[in-house]
Amino acid sequence: MTIRAELESNLIIRKLAAFDPASVVGAELFRDELTIEVQGGAIRRVAEFLCQDEELQFRYLADVTAVDRHPVEPRFEVNYHLYSLLLRQWLRVKARVGSETPTLESVTPVWPGANWHERETFDLFGIRFAGHPDLRRILMPEDWQGHPLRRDYPTEGFR
Amino acid sequence: MGHPIHTLAGAGETMVLNMGPQHPSTHGVLRVLLELDGETVVRAYPDIGYLHTGIEKSCEAKTYSQAITLTDRLDYLAPLSNNLCYCLAVEKLLGIEAPPRAQILRVLLTELTRIASHLVWLGTHAIDIGAMSVLLYCFREREEILKIFELVSGQRMMTSYFRIGGLALEPPPTFLKRVEALVDLMPGRIDEYEELLTKNKIWLGRTKGVGVLSGEDALAMGVSGPTLRASGVGWDLRKSNPYSGYDKFAFVVPTQTAGDVYARYLVRVAEMRESLRIVRQAAEGLPEGPVRADAPGIVLPEREQMKTEMEALIYHFKIVAEGFTPPPGEVYQAIESPRGQLGFYVASDGSAKPLRVKVRAPSFSNLAALPRMIEGRLIADAVACIGSIDIVLGEIDR
Repeated sequence: MTIRAELESNLIIRKLAAFDPASVVGAELFRDELTIEVQGGAIRRVAEFLCQDEELQFRYLADVTAVDRHPVEPRFEVNYHLYSLLLRQWLRVKARVGSETPTLESVTPVWPGANWHERETFDLFGIRFAGHPDLRRILMPEDWQGHPLRRDYPTEGFR
Repeated sequence: MGHPIHTLAGAGETMVLNMGPQHPSTHGVLRVLLELDGETVVRAYPDIGYLHTGIEKSCEAKTYSQAITLTDRLDYLAPLSNNLCYCLAVEKLLGIEAPPRAQILRVLLTELTRIASHLVWLGTHAIDIGAMSVLLYCFREREEILKIFELVSGQRMMTSYFRIGGLALEPPPTFLKRVEALVDLMPGRIDEYEELLTKNKIWLGRTKGVGVLSGEDALAMGVSGPTLRASGVGWDLRKSNPYSGYDKFAFVVPTQTAGDVYARYLVRVAEMRESLRIVRQAAEGLPEGPVRADAPGIVLPEREQMKTEMEALIYHFKIVAEGFTPPPGEVYQAIESPRGQLGFYVASDGSAKPLRVKVRAPSFSNLAALPRMIEGRLIADAVACIGSIDIVLGEIDR
């Protein structure tokens, strides 16, 4: 993913590039929805910036979820859906993570509401969130084996 | 990793009480572990997952159209809101739009859904707090709304009436008359509920100042819908990011500032009245025209055409047998459901089945904020609080 010329003037991308140019991998506008892909290692810093910047104020985290693009590597895309009451705009922040020890830094310290969403992503995809206060399974039973929403997990389950 | 409640065993004077999953006031199969000091809740841990049916996983094995039937079963008190959100998401992915008549009918029916859903909430919430009779009043009117759903879709609850690109079929001729009769009837009926509760001394005692959530906390926890608006944040997606033609309607977004159980009650009752306004405007300004988009290969052809035209027959066969293939990409569509901000994230890899469907359920985040409301209060208040955030476990556990 690269940044197309018409997106370079976008306020969010401009501010993020000024804050930490190395963190932004790319940006895309599809069906009027802005997606910004960031380095996996920078997710916590970027989250803090987007939440606390006075001109952006992405203080509402709607959702954290993942997509499994198995067998492509890095296979997981973790998507954060943010909303700014100031800009009245949605933003998707994306971070890729590979199948070997899939781990990202937790954003629960930034948005307390991320707690359950990260637990769900851990439960169903097996992606770990470092620094999460209570990373347990949330929907599946505690002793469940495997992560059901991975693409190589059969829909009927293992018998 | 063990449950944090285990560290409490024998730690001091407190005891752990298990509430649910089979408890009448948990509105489904919610389990809450309460750490108690006498009757005061010290800490609360909601435990969910008892209704997990893998709906998101099942969606990946179905075509885009087939997955609509699964969305009904998420928030089973507002199936049409789920239908709408999913259809809007897939329509956005495809780059098509429903025709104006379908859009207005969608608004009309989702607002009726909001009223029906709020009626279930009001009745069950009142029963939790001890006002038994309110439920009977609420279900009397909800029945009328469900009859309208049955009239248009053939189903009372699992409607699947909204389809990708429009509606399943044109509503029958008597539909508008039934809606208008209901809209005339409802304001007086809402007055009746208010007479039972709004100034009722016991109701006020059980709800005022109980379960207070500040606007800041609510936003930080991802709370949305009436629960957020009762805490002073007037955010409603129908106003801020209109979809399906909501920008054409005049209505206000009821807001309260107290952030307690009573404020949530006032917001939802006011919302029912606003929904009636929207329904009336929709019924009066309903444009003529088709209810299905002109998108061959995506929207099923008319039955009559299918019997007489070869091309229509081929499309029909292909849509049913193979489905359609949206371009690769991802979209997130959010709407204001009766419970709050409902979102569908749909990712496509260019095949006939979704790569990923994620449901961002409003109840999920609203429930996550429950401990903040009940910690430090009495067990009896916990019951009032659970009722006041109006959760549906079907969409929490998916």
